[in-house]
Amino acid sequence: MDFSLSSEQKEYQELALKFAKNEMIPNAAKFDESGEFPKEIFEKAWQAGLLNTCVPVEYGGAGFSNLDAVLIGECLAYGCMGMNSSMMANDLALLPIVIAGTAEQKKKFLTPFTEKFLLASFCLTEPENGSDAAGIKTSIVDKGDHYEVNGNKMWITNGGYADLYVVYGTKDASLKNKGISCVVVPKGTAGIEIGKKEDKLGHRASDTRAITFNKVKVPKENLLGKEGEGWQIAMKTLDHSRPLVAASAVGGAQRAMDLAVKYALERKQFGKSISEFQAVQFMLAEMGMRTEASRMLVYQAAWMADQKIRNTKVASIAKAMASDGLMQTATDAVQIYGGYGYSKEYPIEKIFRDAKLLQIYEGTSQIQRMVIARELLRSN
Amino acid sequence: MAKILIVSELNQSSLPKSVTIEILGKCKGHQIDVAFVGAGPSEAGSKMLAEYGAQNILVLKSDKLSSYSCEGYSAAVKEVAKSGGYHYIFTGATAAGKDYFPRLSAELQTGLASDVTNFTWEGDKFFGTRPFFAGKCLAKVEMQGSGPHLISIRPNALGMPTEKAAAAGAGKVSDTAVNVSEVKALVKSIIKAASSKVDLTEANVIVSGGRAMKNAENFKILDELADVIGATVGASRAAVDSGFAPHAMQVGQTGKTVSPSLYIACGISGSIQHLAGMRTSKVIVAVNTDPEAPIFTRADYGIVGDLFKIVPILTKEFKALLGK
Amino acid sequence: MKNIFVLVKQVPDTETKIIPKADGSYVEVTNIKWIMNPYDEFAVEQSLLIKTAFPECNVTVVRVGTVSDNECLRTAMAMGADDAILVESEGLIDSFTTAKAIKGAIEKSGRTPDLILSGKQAIDDDALQVPQLLAGLMNLPSVSVVVGFEVAGNVVKLKREVEGGSIEIYELNAPLVVACNKGLNTPRYASLPGIMKAKKKPLAQYKLSDVGVSASDTKVKYHGFQLPPEKPAGKKFDAMDDAKAGAIVKDVVGLLRNEAKVI
Repeated sequence: MDFSLSSEQKEYQELALKFAKNEMIPNAAKFDESGEFPKEIFEKAWQAGLLNTCVPVEYGGAGFSNLDAVLIGECLAYGCMGMNSSMMANDLALLPIVIAGTAEQKKKFLTPFTEKFLLASFCLTEPENGSDAAGIKTSIVDKGDHYEVNGNKMWITNGGYADLYVVYGTKDASLKNKGISCVVVPKGTAGIEIGKKEDKLGHRASDTRAITFNKVKVPKENLLGKEGEGWQIAMKTLDHSRPLVAASAVGGAQRAMDLAVKYALERKQFGKSISEFQAVQFMLAEMGMRTEASRMLVYQAAWMADQKIRNTKVASIAKAMASDGLMQTATDAVQIYGGYGYSKEYPIEKIFRDAKLLQIYEGTSQIQRMVIARELLRSN
Repeated sequence: MAKILIVSELNQSSLPKSVTIEILGKCKGHQIDVAFVGAGPSEAGSKMLAEYGAQNILVLKSDKLSSYSCEGYSAAVKEVAKSGGYHYIFTGATAAGKDYFPRLSAELQTGLASDVTNFTWEGDKFFGTRPFFAGKCLAKVEMQGSGPHLISIRPNALGMPTEKAAAAGAGKVSDTAVNVSEVKALVKSIIKAASSKVDLTEANVIVSGGRAMKNAENFKILDELADVIGATVGASRAAVDSGFAPHAMQVGQTGKTVSPSLYIACGISGSIQHLAGMRTSKVIVAVNTDPEAPIFTRADYGIVGDLFKIVPILTKEFKALLGK
Repeated sequence: MKNIFVLVKQVPDTETKIIPKADGSYVEVTNIKWIMNPYDEFAVEQSLLIKTAFPECNVTVVRVGTVSDNECLRTAMAMGADDAILVESEGLIDSFTTAKAIKGAIEKSGRTPDLILSGKQAIDDDALQVPQLLAGLMNLPSVSVVVGFEVAGNVVKLKREVEGGSIEIYELNAPLVVACNKGLNTPRYASLPGIMKAKKKPLAQYKLSDVGVSASDTKVKYHGFQLPPEKPAGKKFDAMDDAKAGAIVKDVVGLLRNEAKVI
């Protein structure tokens, strides 16, 4: 067993961390406050090759492994979890094309993302179907020479800025997951209605909207895989993206812990540094325990994905552990900061708000436990 | 007794820059000549040098020395360095000194101890101290091999001598023609800075602003204070990176390292990089709303308060004190 | 413009806590996060901007240092430099030795430099010597603390920052040595594809003896590294209450005159 990273991987990490420190951290509070979309920062990240790392080499991309992407995502989340959501959303939307697209589709849809800065949205969740994703109601119906898409999508990251949407819908809701198909809808297609930007607790730099598809005509060649294969594509995508989301939680937790350690060393009470109090030391120690354990799980889940080993259980454990761990670490970090931690003058308050979403999106912590339990029970 | 040459520069009143006097004070008891490149000091200037022990005052002349050039200054000093048989050649670590002394080191094939902040003599042997990592640590520096050894001294670091030389030097001024061959990198023109203030690296008093200044406009309250006490205005990296002030004003590890007598830090939290750049200041005053800000660990006088309220009162009180 | 050499140095990150070695011979270098000297990034970026204008130009990065931590050469190549030279050296060496080693390495490359770029100083020893020393050794002109850079054919126009923020304008013919300051440009990131490409770029490695350096080239010896003396705690006044602020500031001004005697 070898835990060491390759020299390339260390360089990727170094670059991503430098980007996080120079471009993201100094601007995180500003975009959190205004809720504006930091497009210029994303464009710089694209120039540095930090976006769309899943695009294969044949189509102009880096063709990075899941582990590479996890290492980079962890560093970017260290900079700002909100911005990282938006950056990660591109990979999430492009992965179904990488997984199920034909060579022609890959060339048509993926290559432009390597030639200029573009954004994409993954459209699965609906107003009434979050955790119960297979129960989606959006319809994708064969109209002879094209498909017609009708329905409402909710919490769509990059929704207002996407150049393409990867949309899941069903030909018949009663077929449940067997009726689901997946199509690529280019920006500007008639009938795409973009909702207003959601005013959120955290991840405020990330653009999140409702998107309505109203009699949207999609060419037949934009179907990914075959009709009815949408659910399988979504599940394979999530096997890849779950480690990425978990990595984001690890990056956020590392930042919260670094801030807490620094503050504990600086802050003096009762005539000494608060880092000398065991109550504070134990909180810091537990941050270290959670973060390091989560990191190992995330790397393992990503490594399994790269080895084509079924990672469903480990990825779910990683996602649940990392995001629950992040929430606790952020909470304790605010506690160490005391009153200052509750103030927007210090960065920890934002991390605390951002942390909460990690327990919700991409499968809530409860859904992850359902998956883990199912996997455990199934093997007996 | 070591034979020493101090290469000086003139300030705006044609007096030798004060770092020359600082060096003279520290070299008391040795045989010291002072050289100027291009133009010599006023009569008052040479008298002052003599009082602090200067024997010969050489004014190095050539038609190629009318303005500063790295090659020209280096060639000029090289010539007297050889003919004068000096053991040590000092200068101030000013913009010019930092630029041409390394070239002189190449041309003489001798070592340069740059930006030295203190030194002692054991007989004729020089033992210096200089900061590393912008002052986060200090090291001893010793010269190897044969001389003349070159040393540049950080302005304001040694301090002015408390008394003049026991026996004044002759202070004999003489023009010395030097042979400067072709100068390739010559200043074509100069864009003067708006302010005529002393540069941060040589300033005796500095008022600095940090991120808490909020914008560039607010720096005018620091300018007002600086005008009253004859200070140069500086800024922290956070303020420079936020676009409140140009990089030329930045104090710290990736900006300028300063050692004024008085440093007033306004709204600067005191990052390790900033502290490194100003820790050798003699007296530090800090104004900050956060009583736990690291700057207070370095401050001689810390005022916990809002700089927008405190700075105008400081200006008013200094005005009253100085009768302005 | 055909051959540009860029001098880079690997230095501890500015946030590093510096701890002198027990024997004072230098500082502890294990567990240090190394970065490319920040001023050298401006030099690398400038070389790449020139390469964009003169595509036939070859950019070589040169470093004197240990083999084990060679990231800054890789980073420079990932940013876009064509090749690299490492002159191996152990421990702390003085500026004269470094400059002489670089001169030897450039000569060994067989290419005649049109431009040699570097940062204006390295933030570890802060010596500000190597670029001008190298220019002196190679009998080239040099301009330091450069904040403006234009190339037209063989003519280079430079802006040098001097005391008080004044700017000197230079215009001269290549070859020359230029030491770059912050503000000259905005260094690019080494892109991920760049990192992959850099793996295939050539890196020549020499020993100090290969480039004509001997022990007698050491002109300055550093030792006795120690932390600066800690200042005793100062006086702290609470002036958050507006009513008290006036009196407190008056007291401090009085102390500056009568106790500290600096005004």
